Amino acid sequence: MKLTLKIWRQKNADTKGKLVDYQIDGIEGDMSFLEMLDVLNEQLINKGEEPVAFDHDCREGICGTCSLYINGEAHGPDRLITTCQLHMRMFNDGDTIHIEPFRATAFPVIKDLVVDRTSFDRIQHAGGFISVNTSGNTIDANAIPVNKHDADTAFESATCIGCGACVASCVNSSAMLFVGAKVSQFALLPQGKIEATERVLNMVKQMDEEGFGNCTNTGACEVECPKGISLENIARLNREYLAASLKG
Amino acid sequence: MSGILNSSIGRKFAMALSAFFLMIFLVQHFAINILSVFSADTFNEASHFMGTFWVVQYIFQPILILGVIFHFVMGMILEIRNRNARKIAYVKNNGNANSTWMSRNMIWTGGVILLFLGLHFYDFWLPEINTKFIEGDMSGMINGEYRYYEELQHKFVDVWRVALYCLAFVFLALHLLHGFSSAFQSVGANNKYTRGLRGFGKAYAIIIPLGFIFIALYHHFNY
Repeated sequence: MKLTLKIWRQKNADTKGKLVDYQIDGIEGDMSFLEMLDVLNEQLINKGEEPVAFDHDCREGICGTCSLYINGEAHGPDRLITTCQLHMRMFNDGDTIHIEPFRATAFPVIKDLVVDRTSFDRIQHAGGFISVNTSGNTIDANAIPVNKHDADTAFESATCIGCGACVASCVNSSAMLFVGAKVSQFALLPQGKIEATERVLNMVKQMDEEGFGNCTNTGACEVECPKGISLENIARLNREYLAASLKG
Repeated sequence: MSGILNSSIGRKFAMALSAFFLMIFLVQHFAINILSVFSADTFNEASHFMGTFWVVQYIFQPILILGVIFHFVMGMILEIRNRNARKIAYVKNNGNANSTWMSRNMIWTGGVILLFLGLHFYDFWLPEINTKFIEGDMSGMINGEYRYYEELQHKFVDVWRVALYCLAFVFLALHLLHGFSSAFQSVGANNKYTRGLRGFGKAYAIIIPLGFIFIALYHHFNY
Protein backbone atom coordinates (compact mmCIF):
# COMPACT_ATOMS: atom_id res chain seq x y z
CA MET A 1 0.00 0.00 0.00
CA LYS A 2 1.33 3.41 -1.01
CA LEU A 3 0.10 6.38 1.02
CA THR A 4 0.48 10.13 1.35
CA LEU A 5 0.62 11.24 4.96
CA LYS A 6 -0.11 14.81 6.02
CA ILE A 7 1.31 14.94 9.54
CA TRP A 8 1.21 17.82 12.02
CA ARG A 9 4.79 18.77 12.90
CA GLN A 10 5.45 21.15 15.75
CA LYS A 11 8.85 21.58 17.34
CA ASN A 12 7.58 22.38 20.84
CA ALA A 13 4.73 23.97 22.76
CA ASP A 14 5.92 27.49 22.02
CA THR A 15 6.26 27.23 18.24
CA LYS A 16 3.65 27.14 15.52
CA GLY A 17 3.09 23.85 13.77
CA LYS A 18 2.10 22.88 10.25
CA LEU A 19 1.12 19.86 8.20
CA VAL A 20 4.06 18.21 6.44
CA ASP A 21 3.63 15.74 3.56
CA TYR A 22 5.33 12.34 3.59
CA GLN A 23 5.17 9.55 1.03
CA ILE A 24 5.29 6.02 2.37
CA ASP A 25 5.30 2.70 0.53
CA GLY A 26 5.15 -1.02 1.39
CA ILE A 27 2.47 -0.70 4.08
CA GLU A 28 0.59 -3.96 4.74
CA GLY A 29 -3.11 -4.04 5.62
CA ASP A 30 -2.37 -6.12 8.73
CA MET A 31 -0.09 -3.44 10.19
CA SER A 32 -1.48 -1.27 12.94
CA PHE A 33 -1.56 2.48 12.42
CA LEU A 34 1.23 2.94 14.95
CA GLU A 35 3.36 0.32 13.16
CA MET A 36 2.88 2.33 9.98
CA LEU A 37 4.19 5.40 11.84
CA ASP A 38 7.11 3.26 13.14
CA VAL A 39 8.00 2.46 9.52
CA LEU A 40 7.84 6.15 8.63
CA ASN A 41 10.03 7.09 11.59
CA GLU A 42 12.60 4.45 10.66
CA GLN A 43 12.79 6.00 7.19
CA LEU A 44 13.12 9.49 8.64
CA ILE A 45 15.88 8.42 11.04
CA ASN A 46 17.76 6.69 8.21
CA LYS A 47 17.59 9.94 6.25
CA GLY A 48 18.86 11.87 9.26
CA GLU A 49 15.54 13.66 9.83
CA GLU A 50 13.66 14.17 13.08
CA PRO A 51 11.17 11.31 13.67
CA VAL A 52 7.51 12.11 14.31
CA ALA A 53 6.72 12.21 18.04
CA PHE A 54 3.54 10.39 19.03
CA ASP A 55 2.19 8.85 22.24
CA HIS A 56 2.01 5.07 22.64
CA ASP A 57 2.47 2.48 25.33
CA CYS A 58 0.58 -0.82 25.68
CA ARG A 59 -0.43 -1.05 22.01
CA GLU A 60 -3.36 -3.28 22.95
CA GLY A 61 -6.07 -0.71 23.61
CA ILE A 62 -6.09 -0.63 27.41
CA CYS A 63 -3.69 2.09 28.56
CA GLY A 64 -5.25 5.16 26.92
CA THR A 65 -1.90 6.58 25.89
CA CYS A 66 -2.20 6.65 22.12
CA SER A 67 -4.27 9.42 20.62
CA LEU A 68 -4.16 10.99 17.11
CA TYR A 69 -6.89 12.67 15.08
CA ILE A 70 -6.91 10.65 11.88
CA ASN A 71 -8.79 11.89 8.81
CA GLY A 72 -10.94 14.09 11.01
CA GLU A 73 -11.79 11.53 13.72
CA ALA A 74 -10.29 10.65 17.08
CA HIS A 75 -8.58 7.23 16.79
CA GLY A 76 -9.47 7.17 13.09
CA PRO A 77 -12.41 5.89 11.09
CA ASP A 78 -13.05 2.59 12.91
CA ARG A 79 -15.29 2.26 15.97
CA LEU A 80 -14.64 1.07 19.56
CA ILE A 81 -10.89 1.01 19.05
CA THR A 82 -7.87 3.06 20.01
CA THR A 83 -5.32 4.21 17.44
CA CYS A 84 -3.03 1.27 18.29
CA GLN A 85 -5.90 -1.09 17.35
CA LEU A 86 -6.59 0.69 14.05
CA HIS A 87 -5.41 -1.45 11.14
CA MET A 88 -4.15 -0.18 7.84
CA ARG A 89 -6.73 -2.35 6.06
CA MET A 90 -9.16 0.48 6.87
CA PHE A 91 -7.36 2.53 4.20
CA ASN A 92 -6.87 2.06 0.47
CA ASP A 93 -3.80 2.16 -1.71
CA GLY A 94 -3.16 5.75 -2.80
CA ASP A 95 -5.07 7.33 0.10
CA THR A 96 -4.06 10.62 1.67
CA ILE A 97 -4.25 10.46 5.47
CA HIS A 98 -4.40 13.55 7.69
CA ILE A 99 -2.82 12.99 11.11
CA GLU A 100 -3.23 15.71 13.74
CA PRO A 101 -2.88 15.86 17.53
CA PHE A 102 -5.97 15.90 19.78
CA ARG A 103 -6.89 19.58 19.91
CA ALA A 104 -8.17 21.40 22.99
CA THR A 105 -6.92 24.32 25.03
CA ALA A 106 -6.77 21.93 27.98
CA PHE A 107 -4.63 19.50 25.89
CA PRO A 108 -1.71 21.70 24.73
CA VAL A 109 0.62 20.23 22.13
CA ILE A 110 4.03 19.28 23.56
CA LYS A 111 5.62 18.16 20.30
CA ASP A 112 4.26 17.00 16.92
CA LEU A 113 1.37 14.67 17.81
CA VAL A 114 2.03 14.48 21.55
CA VAL A 115 -0.35 16.46 23.77
CA ASP A 116 -0.34 17.13 27.50
CA ARG A 117 -3.36 15.37 29.00
CA THR A 118 -2.43 15.91 32.65
CA SER A 119 -5.58 18.04 32.99
CA PHE A 120 -7.38 14.67 33.21
CA ASP A 121 -5.04 13.64 36.04
CA ARG A 122 -5.82 16.83 37.93
CA ILE A 123 -9.56 16.18 37.57
CA GLN A 124 -9.00 12.68 38.97
CA HIS A 125 -6.95 14.09 41.85
CA ALA A 126 -9.86 16.42 42.65
CA GLY A 127 -12.18 13.53 43.50
CA GLY A 128 -11.83 10.45 41.31
CA PHE A 129 -11.14 8.11 44.23
CA ILE A 130 -12.62 6.70 47.44
CA SER A 131 -10.95 7.13 50.83
CA VAL A 132 -10.22 3.77 52.44
CA ASN A 133 -8.49 3.10 55.73
CA THR A 134 -5.55 0.90 54.80
CA SER A 135 -4.13 0.55 58.32
CA GLY A 136 -4.82 -3.16 58.43
CA ASN A 137 -8.57 -3.36 58.99
CA THR A 138 -9.62 -2.76 55.40
CA ILE A 139 -12.94 -4.37 54.59
CA ASP A 140 -12.90 -6.45 51.43
CA ALA A 141 -14.87 -4.65 48.71
CA ASN A 142 -16.73 -7.87 47.92
CA ALA A 143 -18.13 -8.00 51.46
CA ILE A 144 -20.64 -5.27 50.59
CA PRO A 145 -23.47 -6.60 48.41
CA VAL A 146 -24.10 -4.62 45.21
CA ASN A 147 -26.99 -5.41 42.90
CA LYS A 148 -25.99 -6.85 39.53
CA HIS A 149 -27.32 -4.01 37.39
CA ASP A 150 -25.47 -1.33 39.37
CA ALA A 151 -22.28 -3.41 39.46
CA ASP A 152 -22.37 -3.94 35.68
CA THR A 153 -23.16 -0.27 34.97
CA ALA A 154 -20.37 0.89 37.29
CA PHE A 155 -17.97 -1.51 35.59
CA GLU A 156 -18.94 -0.20 32.16
CA SER A 157 -18.19 3.34 33.35
CA ALA A 158 -14.91 2.19 34.84
CA THR A 159 -13.72 0.93 31.45
CA CYS A 160 -12.95 4.55 30.49
CA ILE A 161 -9.22 4.63 29.79
CA GLY A 162 -8.97 8.43 29.86
CA CYS A 163 -7.55 8.71 26.36
CA GLY A 164 -9.26 12.06 25.68
CA ALA A 165 -11.00 11.04 22.44
CA CYS A 166 -14.23 12.50 23.89
CA VAL A 167 -12.62 15.92 24.26
CA ALA A 168 -10.91 15.69 20.88
CA SER A 169 -14.15 14.76 19.08
CA CYS A 170 -16.40 17.25 20.82
CA VAL A 171 -17.09 20.44 18.89
CA ASN A 172 -16.88 22.20 22.29
CA SER A 173 -13.84 20.29 23.64
CA SER A 174 -15.98 19.19 26.56
CA ALA A 175 -14.65 16.63 29.03
CA MET A 176 -18.05 15.69 30.42
CA LEU A 177 -18.02 12.10 29.12
CA PHE A 178 -14.72 11.47 30.90
CA VAL A 179 -15.85 13.16 34.13
CA GLY A 180 -19.28 11.52 33.82
CA ALA A 181 -17.67 8.07 33.61
CA LYS A 182 -15.34 8.75 36.54
CA VAL A 183 -18.17 10.10 38.71
CA SER A 184 -20.53 7.29 37.66
CA GLN A 185 -18.21 4.41 38.51
CA PHE A 186 -18.29 5.53 42.15
CA ALA A 187 -21.78 7.04 42.33
CA LEU A 188 -23.32 3.67 41.52
CA LEU A 189 -21.49 1.77 44.26
CA PRO A 190 -21.99 1.92 48.06
CA GLN A 191 -18.27 2.56 48.57
CA GLY A 192 -18.52 5.72 46.50
CA LYS A 193 -21.61 7.22 48.10
CA ILE A 194 -19.86 8.56 51.24
CA GLU A 195 -17.86 11.18 49.31
CA ALA A 196 -20.35 11.54 46.43
CA THR A 197 -21.30 15.17 47.10
CA GLU A 198 -17.82 16.62 47.39
CA ARG A 199 -16.50 14.33 44.64
CA VAL A 200 -18.80 15.62 41.90
CA LEU A 201 -18.52 19.26 43.00
CA ASN A 202 -14.72 19.13 43.11
CA MET A 203 -14.31 17.23 39.84
CA VAL A 204 -16.64 19.55 37.92
CA LYS A 205 -14.92 22.61 39.45
CA GLN A 206 -11.54 21.27 38.34
CA MET A 207 -12.92 20.41 34.89
CA ASP A 208 -14.13 23.98 34.46
CA GLU A 209 -10.85 25.43 35.72
CA GLU A 210 -8.91 23.38 33.19
CA GLY A 211 -10.72 25.23 30.38
CA PHE A 212 -12.77 22.42 28.86
CA GLY A 213 -15.89 23.52 26.99
CA ASN A 214 -19.55 23.04 27.84
CA CYS A 215 -21.34 19.90 26.68
CA THR A 216 -24.12 20.60 24.16
CA ASN A 217 -25.11 16.95 23.80
CA THR A 218 -23.93 16.44 20.22
CA GLY A 219 -23.12 12.81 21.09
CA ALA A 220 -19.82 12.82 19.17
CA CYS A 221 -17.95 11.69 22.29
CA GLU A 222 -20.09 8.56 22.64
CA VAL A 223 -19.58 7.62 18.99
CA GLU A 224 -15.80 8.10 19.06
CA CYS A 225 -15.14 6.63 22.53
CA PRO A 226 -12.98 3.51 22.12
CA LYS A 227 -14.67 1.94 25.15
CA GLY A 228 -18.27 2.78 24.23
CA ILE A 229 -18.88 4.99 27.28
CA SER A 230 -22.46 6.15 26.82
CA LEU A 231 -24.16 9.54 27.21
CA GLU A 232 -26.00 8.07 30.21
CA ASN A 233 -22.83 8.88 32.15
CA ILE A 234 -23.18 12.58 31.33
CA ALA A 235 -26.86 12.52 32.34
CA ARG A 236 -25.86 10.86 35.63
CA LEU A 237 -23.11 13.47 36.11
CA ASN A 238 -25.71 16.22 35.61
CA ARG A 239 -28.05 14.61 38.17
CA GLU A 240 -25.27 14.04 40.68
CA TYR A 241 -24.02 17.60 40.28
CA LEU A 242 -27.44 19.20 40.66
CA ALA A 243 -28.25 17.06 43.72
CA ALA A 244 -24.85 17.89 45.23
CA SER A 245 -25.34 21.62 44.53
CA LEU A 246 -28.67 21.58 46.36
CA LYS A 247 -27.05 19.82 49.33
CA GLY A 248 -23.89 21.91 49.28
CA MET B 1 -26.32 26.02 45.59
CA SER B 2 -24.58 29.38 45.34
CA GLY B 3 -22.69 29.99 42.15
CA ILE B 4 -24.39 27.14 40.29
CA LEU B 5 -24.69 29.35 37.20
CA ASN B 6 -20.91 29.75 37.20
CA SER B 7 -20.45 26.04 36.60
CA SER B 8 -20.65 24.40 33.19
CA ILE B 9 -23.36 21.97 34.33
CA GLY B 10 -25.37 24.70 36.09
CA ARG B 11 -25.38 26.81 32.93
CA LYS B 12 -26.38 23.78 30.91
CA PHE B 13 -29.26 23.09 33.32
CA ALA B 14 -30.44 26.73 33.15
CA MET B 15 -30.26 26.61 29.37
CA ALA B 16 -32.44 23.49 29.36
CA LEU B 17 -35.02 25.00 31.74
CA SER B 18 -35.40 28.09 29.56
CA ALA B 19 -35.68 25.79 26.52
CA PHE B 20 -38.52 23.82 28.17
CA PHE B 21 -40.32 27.07 28.90
CA LEU B 22 -39.93 28.30 25.32
CA MET B 23 -41.03 24.96 23.86
CA ILE B 24 -44.21 25.01 25.97
CA PHE B 25 -44.85 28.61 24.89
CA LEU B 26 -44.42 27.57 21.25
CA VAL B 27 -47.23 25.01 21.60
CA GLN B 28 -49.50 27.63 23.18
CA HIS B 29 -48.65 30.14 20.41
CA PHE B 30 -49.36 27.52 17.76
CA ALA B 31 -52.64 26.48 19.38
CA ILE B 32 -53.95 30.05 19.18
CA ASN B 33 -52.60 30.73 15.67
CA ILE B 34 -54.11 27.58 14.18
CA LEU B 35 -57.53 28.81 15.34
CA SER B 36 -57.24 31.49 12.65
CA VAL B 37 -57.43 28.78 9.99
CA PHE B 38 -60.68 27.34 11.35
CA SER B 39 -62.57 30.35 12.72
CA ALA B 40 -61.84 34.07 12.55
CA ASP B 41 -64.21 34.74 15.47
CA THR B 42 -62.61 32.19 17.76
CA PHE B 43 -59.14 33.49 16.84
CA ASN B 44 -60.26 37.06 17.60
CA GLU B 45 -61.68 36.09 20.98
CA ALA B 46 -58.59 34.09 21.95
CA SER B 47 -56.28 36.90 20.81
CA HIS B 48 -58.27 39.50 22.71
CA PHE B 49 -58.19 37.37 25.85
CA MET B 50 -54.40 36.87 25.56
CA GLY B 51 -53.87 40.55 24.79
CA THR B 52 -55.89 41.95 27.65
CA PHE B 53 -55.90 39.39 30.50
CA TRP B 54 -53.63 40.91 33.16
CA VAL B 55 -52.00 37.59 34.13
CA VAL B 56 -50.85 37.07 30.54
CA GLN B 57 -49.90 40.69 29.93
CA TYR B 58 -48.14 41.57 33.15
CA ILE B 59 -46.81 38.21 34.38
CA PHE B 60 -46.45 35.69 31.53
CA GLN B 61 -45.36 38.18 28.87
CA PRO B 62 -42.44 39.68 30.85
CA ILE B 63 -41.37 36.16 31.90
CA LEU B 64 -41.47 35.10 28.25
CA ILE B 65 -39.35 38.04 27.10
CA LEU B 66 -36.88 37.44 29.93
CA GLY B 67 -36.84 33.74 28.99
CA VAL B 68 -35.95 34.55 25.38
CA ILE B 69 -33.23 37.01 26.46
CA PHE B 70 -31.85 34.54 29.02
CA HIS B 71 -31.78 31.68 26.49
CA PHE B 72 -29.93 33.87 23.99
CA VAL B 73 -27.44 35.38 26.45
CA MET B 74 -26.69 32.00 28.02
CA GLY B 75 -26.24 30.51 24.54
CA MET B 76 -23.71 33.21 23.71
CA ILE B 77 -21.84 32.69 26.99
CA LEU B 78 -21.64 28.95 26.30
CA GLU B 79 -20.50 29.59 22.73
CA ILE B 80 -17.72 31.97 23.78
CA ARG B 81 -16.43 29.52 26.39
CA ASN B 82 -16.62 26.66 23.92
CA ARG B 83 -14.66 28.58 21.28
CA ASN B 84 -11.97 29.33 23.86
CA ALA B 85 -11.79 25.65 24.67
CA ARG B 86 -10.27 24.98 21.21
CA LYS B 87 -8.31 27.93 19.93
CA ILE B 88 -6.61 26.02 17.10
CA ALA B 89 -9.05 24.24 14.81
CA TYR B 90 -8.44 20.91 13.13
CA VAL B 91 -7.21 21.12 9.55
CA LYS B 92 -9.46 18.16 8.75
CA ASN B 93 -12.53 17.45 10.86
CA ASN B 94 -15.18 14.90 9.93
CA GLY B 95 -18.00 16.06 12.19
CA ASN B 96 -20.64 14.27 10.12
CA ALA B 97 -19.12 10.95 11.15
CA ASN B 98 -20.22 11.30 14.75
CA SER B 99 -22.86 14.00 15.13
CA THR B 100 -25.67 15.78 13.31
CA TRP B 101 -25.31 19.14 11.58
CA MET B 102 -28.10 20.48 13.80
CA SER B 103 -26.29 19.57 17.02
CA ARG B 104 -23.09 21.31 15.91
CA ASN B 105 -24.76 24.49 14.68
CA MET B 106 -27.25 25.45 17.39
CA ILE B 107 -25.71 28.92 17.69
CA TRP B 108 -26.34 29.63 13.99
CA THR B 109 -29.87 28.24 13.84
CA GLY B 110 -30.59 30.08 17.10
CA GLY B 111 -29.13 33.29 15.64
CA VAL B 112 -31.45 33.11 12.63
CA ILE B 113 -34.43 32.55 14.96
CA LEU B 114 -33.37 35.60 16.97
CA LEU B 115 -33.23 37.72 13.80
CA PHE B 116 -36.68 36.44 12.90
CA LEU B 117 -37.95 37.42 16.35
CA GLY B 118 -36.85 40.99 15.54
CA LEU B 119 -39.08 40.95 12.45
CA HIS B 120 -41.89 39.21 14.34
CA PHE B 121 -41.80 41.82 17.13
CA TYR B 122 -41.78 44.59 14.52
CA ASP B 123 -44.77 43.03 12.77
CA PHE B 124 -47.00 42.17 15.72
CA TRP B 125 -45.68 42.91 19.19
CA LEU B 126 -44.60 46.55 18.79
CA PRO B 127 -47.89 47.62 17.06
CA GLU B 128 -49.81 45.85 19.87
CA ILE B 129 -47.83 47.68 22.56
CA ASN B 130 -48.35 50.94 20.69
CA THR B 131 -52.13 50.46 20.36
CA LYS B 132 -52.71 49.23 23.89
CA PHE B 133 -50.25 51.11 26.05
CA ILE B 134 -49.33 54.28 24.10
CA GLU B 135 -52.63 55.05 22.37
CA GLY B 136 -54.47 53.49 25.30
CA ASP B 137 -56.94 51.54 23.17
CA MET B 138 -57.60 48.25 24.97
CA SER B 139 -60.83 47.52 23.10
CA GLY B 140 -59.22 45.38 20.40
CA MET B 141 -61.78 46.84 17.98
CA ILE B 142 -61.75 48.79 14.73
CA ASN B 143 -65.06 50.00 13.37
CA GLY B 144 -66.97 47.83 15.84
CA GLU B 145 -65.15 44.60 14.93
CA TYR B 146 -62.17 42.79 16.42
CA ARG B 147 -59.01 43.78 14.55
CA TYR B 148 -56.75 40.75 15.23
CA TYR B 149 -57.75 38.45 12.35
CA GLU B 150 -57.65 41.32 9.85
CA GLU B 151 -54.19 42.38 11.06
CA LEU B 152 -52.91 38.81 10.85
CA GLN B 153 -54.10 38.34 7.28
CA HIS B 154 -52.78 41.75 6.26
CA LYS B 155 -49.27 40.82 7.40
CA PHE B 156 -49.16 37.77 5.15
CA VAL B 157 -50.05 39.55 1.90
CA ASP B 158 -46.41 40.32 1.12
CA VAL B 159 -44.83 37.24 -0.48
CA TRP B 160 -41.34 38.16 0.76
CA ARG B 161 -42.52 38.40 4.35
CA VAL B 162 -44.18 34.98 4.00
CA ALA B 163 -40.95 33.59 2.53
CA LEU B 164 -38.93 35.00 5.46
CA TYR B 165 -41.37 33.50 7.95
CA CYS B 166 -41.20 30.09 6.24
CA LEU B 167 -37.39 30.20 6.17
CA ALA B 168 -37.26 31.11 9.85
CA PHE B 169 -39.54 28.19 10.70
CA VAL B 170 -37.21 25.82 8.82
CA PHE B 171 -34.40 27.06 11.07
CA LEU B 172 -36.68 26.66 14.08
CA ALA B 173 -37.23 23.03 13.06
CA LEU B 174 -33.46 22.48 12.72
CA HIS B 175 -32.92 24.07 16.16
CA LEU B 176 -35.61 21.93 17.78
CA LEU B 177 -34.47 18.70 16.11
CA HIS B 178 -31.46 18.77 18.43
CA GLY B 179 -32.74 21.09 21.14
CA PHE B 180 -35.73 19.04 22.29
CA SER B 181 -33.86 15.87 23.26
CA SER B 182 -30.77 17.85 24.29
CA ALA B 183 -32.80 19.70 26.96
CA PHE B 184 -33.87 16.42 28.53
CA GLN B 185 -30.29 15.09 28.51
CA SER B 186 -29.11 18.33 30.16
CA VAL B 187 -31.42 17.89 33.13
CA GLY B 188 -30.18 14.33 33.55
CA ALA B 189 -33.07 12.51 31.92
CA ASN B 190 -31.51 9.61 30.05
CA ASN B 191 -33.38 6.37 30.75
CA LYS B 192 -35.69 3.77 29.22
CA TYR B 193 -37.99 6.53 27.93
CA THR B 194 -35.21 8.36 26.06
CA ARG B 195 -35.71 6.57 22.74
CA GLY B 196 -39.44 7.34 22.75
CA LEU B 197 -38.77 10.90 23.85
CA ARG B 198 -36.36 11.39 20.94
CA GLY B 199 -39.05 10.20 18.53
CA PHE B 200 -41.59 12.54 20.10
CA GLY B 201 -39.03 15.36 19.96
CA LYS B 202 -38.48 14.83 16.24
CA ALA B 203 -42.24 14.86 15.62
CA TYR B 204 -42.58 18.05 17.70
CA ALA B 205 -39.65 19.69 15.90
CA ILE B 206 -41.23 19.05 12.51
CA ILE B 207 -44.97 19.37 13.20
CA ILE B 208 -44.94 22.70 15.09
CA PRO B 209 -42.79 24.68 12.57
CA LEU B 210 -44.61 23.02 9.67
CA GLY B 211 -47.88 24.11 11.26
CA PHE B 212 -46.67 27.71 11.48
CA ILE B 213 -45.60 27.55 7.82
CA PHE B 214 -49.05 26.23 6.91
CA ILE B 215 -50.74 29.10 8.77
CA ALA B 216 -48.58 31.72 6.99
CA LEU B 217 -49.24 30.17 3.56
CA TYR B 218 -52.96 29.74 4.30
CA HIS B 219 -53.41 33.43 5.02
CA HIS B 220 -51.22 34.44 2.08
CA PHE B 221 -53.37 32.50 -0.38
CA ASN B 222 -56.74 33.24 1.27
CA TYR B 223 -56.58 37.00 1.75
